[in-house]
Amino acid sequence: METPDRDVIEVRGLNHWFGIGDARKQALYDLNFAIEAGSFTVLMGPSGSGKTTVLTLLGCLRGVQDGSVRLLGEQLNGARETTLMTLRRHLGFIFQAHNLHESLTALQNVIMGIQVHGDVSDELAHTAATHVLKLVGLADRINYLPANLSGGQKQRVAVARALVGNPALVLADEPTAALDGDSASEVVDLLKRLGSTRGTTTLLVTHDNRILERADRILVLEDGRIVSDTAPQ
Amino acid sequence: MSRLLQRLFGRLPIGWLQLTHNRTRFAAAIAGVAFANVLVFVQLGIMNSMAVATLRPYEFFRADIIISAADANAIADGGNVARQWMLQALANPDVIEGMGLFVANVPWDRGQTDISLTTFGIDPFKQDFISPKITADLNLLQVNDAAILDRLARGITRDEAVAIRPQTPLSFETDGRTIKAYNTFSGGGGFGGDGYMLVSDQTFLSLFPARSSAAPDHILLRTRPGTSVDEVSEHLRGQISDSSLRIRSYADAMAEDLRYQQTRRPTGVIFGFGVFIGILVGLIIIYQVLSTDVADHLREYATFKAMGYGSRFFLGIVFEEALVLGVFGFIPGLIVGTTILTVMAKVTTLPLSMTLAMAASVFVGTIAVSSLSGAIATRRVAAADPADLF
Repeated sequence: METPDRDVIEVRGLNHWFGIGDARKQALYDLNFAIEAGSFTVLMGPSGSGKTTVLTLLGCLRGVQDGSVRLLGEQLNGARETTLMTLRRHLGFIFQAHNLHESLTALQNVIMGIQVHGDVSDELAHTAATHVLKLVGLADRINYLPANLSGGQKQRVAVARALVGNPALVLADEPTAALDGDSASEVVDLLKRLGSTRGTTTLLVTHDNRILERADRILVLEDGRIVSDTAPQ
Repeated sequence: MSRLLQRLFGRLPIGWLQLTHNRTRFAAAIAGVAFANVLVFVQLGIMNSMAVATLRPYEFFRADIIISAADANAIADGGNVARQWMLQALANPDVIEGMGLFVANVPWDRGQTDISLTTFGIDPFKQDFISPKITADLNLLQVNDAAILDRLARGITRDEAVAIRPQTPLSFETDGRTIKAYNTFSGGGGFGGDGYMLVSDQTFLSLFPARSSAAPDHILLRTRPGTSVDEVSEHLRGQISDSSLRIRSYADAMAEDLRYQQTRRPTGVIFGFGVFIGILVGLIIIYQVLSTDVADHLREYATFKAMGYGSRFFLGIVFEEALVLGVFGFIPGLIVGTTILTVMAKVTTLPLSMTLAMAASVFVGTIAVSSLSGAIATRRVAAADPADLF
């Protein structure tokens, strides 16, 4: 993988469609934006505006159909599946639904986030996972199965899983929706701290006003187009 | 167990954790695999016992060549062979000795149960044809109506068998004649009879007056040491003009008869089919368990895909589950299968037992079938699309 430029994400002339034939419908129209390393960017917009499509394209979960998307220095348009899979290992995903593995404890779920790199010893994985769980305030819940955790605790485990591999970019979809005010604030603090100390970039979809005011930049999508690109005071 | 598997696979044993998460389902899955194993063990056990029972009477005799009628598919299943062919065979310088062997079933009314003894009529003066395994004194058979009885025959108690001595023979009536058993040897019940009995050819002809001394059921031949049995057999086939006779080396006859019993006779085919059904049941059960498990965890698998896990990882999980089910299903299957075979052997006195070869082959088969089921089930992992997670 190439050494990334200052921009972790660079999108040029991105269009995307769903369906085929008469049912083919355009979801994104000529998107152009770049996101700086270490920044904390919020992506907003009404339902169906194309936020999720942007996240899945930037997350290498869908193929780029038209336009250019450079992620961590790699061109995604036409990239092979193995390249996309390798890139995904440098990303941290936080889904709206926690998507924890029900058979694994909180610790084991988080270990999965670091084990994907393959060259990590069991001991190091265990130590790193325990450390991140402490950071999200779950030191006393590491051996709990998801079924025995509250919704907020599950989401914090999902955050820990996304961060344990020290990702270059965190893509998050409403990560604080299930969290109370304090927990949500702690998660945002953590993401911002990672941005300033490790250069971790965060792109986050949210409607949570508490987060908006702490964002470095807010992108607003409507009907597949960027209608606003601002930096809050 | 979790730690052991983690060391073995070098990663979290997700398959094991998934399977054991729902213990009731795990127990049901193991019971299903164990059931398939038991099916295979029982069918294999019966097939094996058929092989042992088929070959057992061959072990009573020592011969290099056997001449049998065209329709004789086992040594205990004879057809008349003219004694003149034995004399003609003896004209061959490489054939040093011959003996006519008679065989028929003798009924024995035991009061509550009637048993049928497969009875061989031999020449008591040709003891070289009798296996040293039969330790009883064959000279006893020179007495009219004397017999050596199978002490493991069905319906004969251990105490009764132990009491049979030359000084205290056991007498019993059959077809109006009184037979005296002076000693015993080790045989056992088979599929065609309840046990065995050795008598002299003269006693045999007394028991079956319709039979002729000129037409035994088989002719056993011994060849000169150092000669090629196959070559002598080939030579005899050219020498003896009755082309309907089967002239085979004793070893070939054993192998052919075993093959006939296992592949041509309905019982052999049925038990062979039973093994196939057992394997099929195992395949379907394991596939169903794995397939359901994959379907239940599609969202988790999609998450792992999003995180960067590749197809080898998912194959590993499914194969790990297949291996766990195979091994954990095999153990109770082996225990229950051994118990059933032991009970069946006691009830039927058939040579039914769990052999190491059987256990090993079923274990290898279970792992192979589990892997095959796993390979089929992994196709469902492809349905996990990480793009659906957002």
